[in-house]
Amino acid sequence: MDFTTQLLIAAISAGTPLLLATLGGILNERAGIIQLGAEGLMLMGAVITCIVYIRSGSLIVALLATVAVTAVLGLLHSFLCVTLRANQTMSGLAMTLFGSGLSAYLGKPISGIPLPGTSPKLHMSWLEPIPVIGKIFSNMDYLTWFSLLLVLVLHLLIHRTSWGLHLRAVGDSPATADVMGIRVQLIRYSYVIAGAALIGLAGADMVLAYAPTWNEGLTAGRGWIAVGLVIFARWNPLRALFCAYFFGALDSLGFRIQLLGSVVPSYFLKMIPYIVTILVLMYLGYRNRNKPSGTPEALGVPYIREQRF
Amino acid sequence: MQEHSVELQGIVKKFGSVTASDQVDFSANAGEIHALLGENGAGKSTVMSMLSGVYRADEGEILIHGKIAKIRSPKDAAQLGVGMVFQNFRLVQSLTAAENIVLGEKSSFWRGSKWIKNKHQEIEALAERFGLKFPVDRPIWQLSVGEQQRVEIVKTLYRGADIIILDEPTSVLTPGEAEQLFETLQVMKREGKTVIMTTHKMKEVMASSDRISVMRKGKMIATLTTADTDELELARLMVGREVTITRQEREITEGETLLVVKDLDVFADHGRKALDGLSLTVRNGEIVGVAGVAGNGQKELAEVLTGLRTWKNGEITFDGNTVKSASVRGAIDSGISHVPENRMKSGLAGRLGSVDNLLFKSYRSEEHSRFGFLKAAKNRIWSQELVERFNVKTAELDTPVQQMSGGNQQKLLFAREISHRPKLMVAVHPTQGLDVGATAGVHDLLMELRSSGSGVLLISEDLDELLQLSDRILVIYNGSIIGEETHEDADRQTIGLLMAGIKGREGSAV
Repeated sequence: MDFTTQLLIAAISAGTPLLLATLGGILNERAGIIQLGAEGLMLMGAVITCIVYIRSGSLIVALLATVAVTAVLGLLHSFLCVTLRANQTMSGLAMTLFGSGLSAYLGKPISGIPLPGTSPKLHMSWLEPIPVIGKIFSNMDYLTWFSLLLVLVLHLLIHRTSWGLHLRAVGDSPATADVMGIRVQLIRYSYVIAGAALIGLAGADMVLAYAPTWNEGLTAGRGWIAVGLVIFARWNPLRALFCAYFFGALDSLGFRIQLLGSVVPSYFLKMIPYIVTILVLMYLGYRNRNKPSGTPEALGVPYIREQRF
Repeated sequence: MQEHSVELQGIVKKFGSVTASDQVDFSANAGEIHALLGENGAGKSTVMSMLSGVYRADEGEILIHGKIAKIRSPKDAAQLGVGMVFQNFRLVQSLTAAENIVLGEKSSFWRGSKWIKNKHQEIEALAERFGLKFPVDRPIWQLSVGEQQRVEIVKTLYRGADIIILDEPTSVLTPGEAEQLFETLQVMKREGKTVIMTTHKMKEVMASSDRISVMRKGKMIATLTTADTDELELARLMVGREVTITRQEREITEGETLLVVKDLDVFADHGRKALDGLSLTVRNGEIVGVAGVAGNGQKELAEVLTGLRTWKNGEITFDGNTVKSASVRGAIDSGISHVPENRMKSGLAGRLGSVDNLLFKSYRSEEHSRFGFLKAAKNRIWSQELVERFNVKTAELDTPVQQMSGGNQQKLLFAREISHRPKLMVAVHPTQGLDVGATAGVHDLLMELRSSGSGVLLISEDLDELLQLSDRILVIYNGSIIGEETHEDADRQTIGLLMAGIKGREGSAV
């Protein structure tokens, strides 16, 4: 296998957790609720997957448990942000700190224990003869296929269905949506919960396809990268795919340069994705300076039905 | 007897201790354009909000087509065929016009390109029937305010409303757009819809309505047939006293030249040329009015003069000195004051009280601070004096200014701008959204500035206001001044033609 193919495979493998978390974030923020809890949710997703998988031996049970636990955290976030109208930045940061702490505590007993298995792969031998593409797609795991399918489904959901129209309206102008008979609070709850569960799955993917054992803080800031990717992708699932794989590639590039025996200290190589984050932000800010940012207009603003006096 | 399509009986609505609507009776018929006339705060919008389900009445009955209706939410109102076009549009900026219109529709989960195409056609056909043109497939933020209003109207029609309420529909429109709107209302009338329009502009009421109901201080004063009344009677009913519409009398003065703008080129935010070789002068003791349809460079002109925007070519001389670069601080220090277009956006800080808002432009002076520390006690006394002198009604000095009425906010703003004795006042739409009383107050302030020898550049879309106040009226079109009329010989027709870009008599313009 040549370097490019290897890099592409690595990009997809490193990019998939980012993609899942970014898609979760997009759902969250399209509904108008800021999601800064991604790092904590990913850690919780990862630790729950490890614990349940090791204890029960069943991957399905582990994934269901992960979705359930992170969905409950999403419920908490939406209760705080939608019903109590708490500050969304604070609630998200609290989620991250809480998730980091709790995952470290829960994960102590199983730290370093290898998982019973990795993510099962879908073999498609008929694809193998095709150069590059065959190598990449013939042996991909189910979670990666799921994330690709999800990109398509979410894209169509947001842009081609009545649900998507309601979602976009709620994120941009909840007052308008309310007058048009759309149930703003219900929609916000639903998407925040679904988004949190997806971010939880991103954590699960990290341990299943990437690092086969639990270590404290194993996401190493990828939740934060996902928060940034939501913005790079301008809340669009298709763009999220490219952004996530691009960062996945940068991530593994640093690792690979290190393997090639570079003299640059590894700390600097690990910084690559973050430096690129800053550069891309500067570039996008410059290029789109005359355009609306694509940010859901009501992002971060709790909705109260109009009341004078 | 004909059955009323809408009937309100003894409607009472209280907000705390304020009675916004006091035993209001009102009725409107199908095939009628019914104007609800009153000053700001007379209770027009409150009454209409109850009809459209935004508020609930404390007492009284609402009858729709002769049947008692329980309207508890906008949804209930929509089901009864009542649709309201609000003053602040209820549109989602990032969605297309068509998406906004079908937003409430619950049917058809999947919306492929065929569905969208059909809806576009359906909406276009409906819009065309009522003479409303707008691009259905463009997002709202790309549409002009007039187009956005048309989307709002089509939205109510699309949802099947036969009772259509428009809240101050012309306040955001250019004269041309307003004309178009009235034609649309005529079509609605012919189709047997009930059209109710709230407004405080008498001219429009006379030109477009069949019947007029006048409200004052929460009470319904009278309902008249338009053909049997005139502006004077309406004005008397509205304000409870005779208001004469005349040009302000004045002594002609020949002040020294204060501001000279020569061949100014300015580019707007998106690289469009906003001012194109614009020249004008303002003398001391003179009010120069700038008339024009919105978006012809008025905003940019005001911004350049007050230091908010830089210019490409041209020369600005103020008070004998050449202005070298755009600087807000420089403009303030040289004696230019500014009453901005949107007082709550760039004029006042809504959550702060009167003292802080009054200090914004003078806190650096020795009178108000020392070594960067504000002289709190002294500033309070100073603010109290200003508030009293300008007759600003506020509960307390520290009451957030956003809780004041629009008229009082504007008075406070004028107090700040006049307190440092400006040489030039740049006032942009200074009476927009103000009622008759507050408008008269603002006009008096501008005339006082004039008699004290200051120059005033008055940018306004209200022709009556310009005709009343200005010594000279300049007409701005496509970023340049294409005509000038003096106080004596200014007339509406000529200015109207110039505003539309049709050049004046004898080709003297340009």
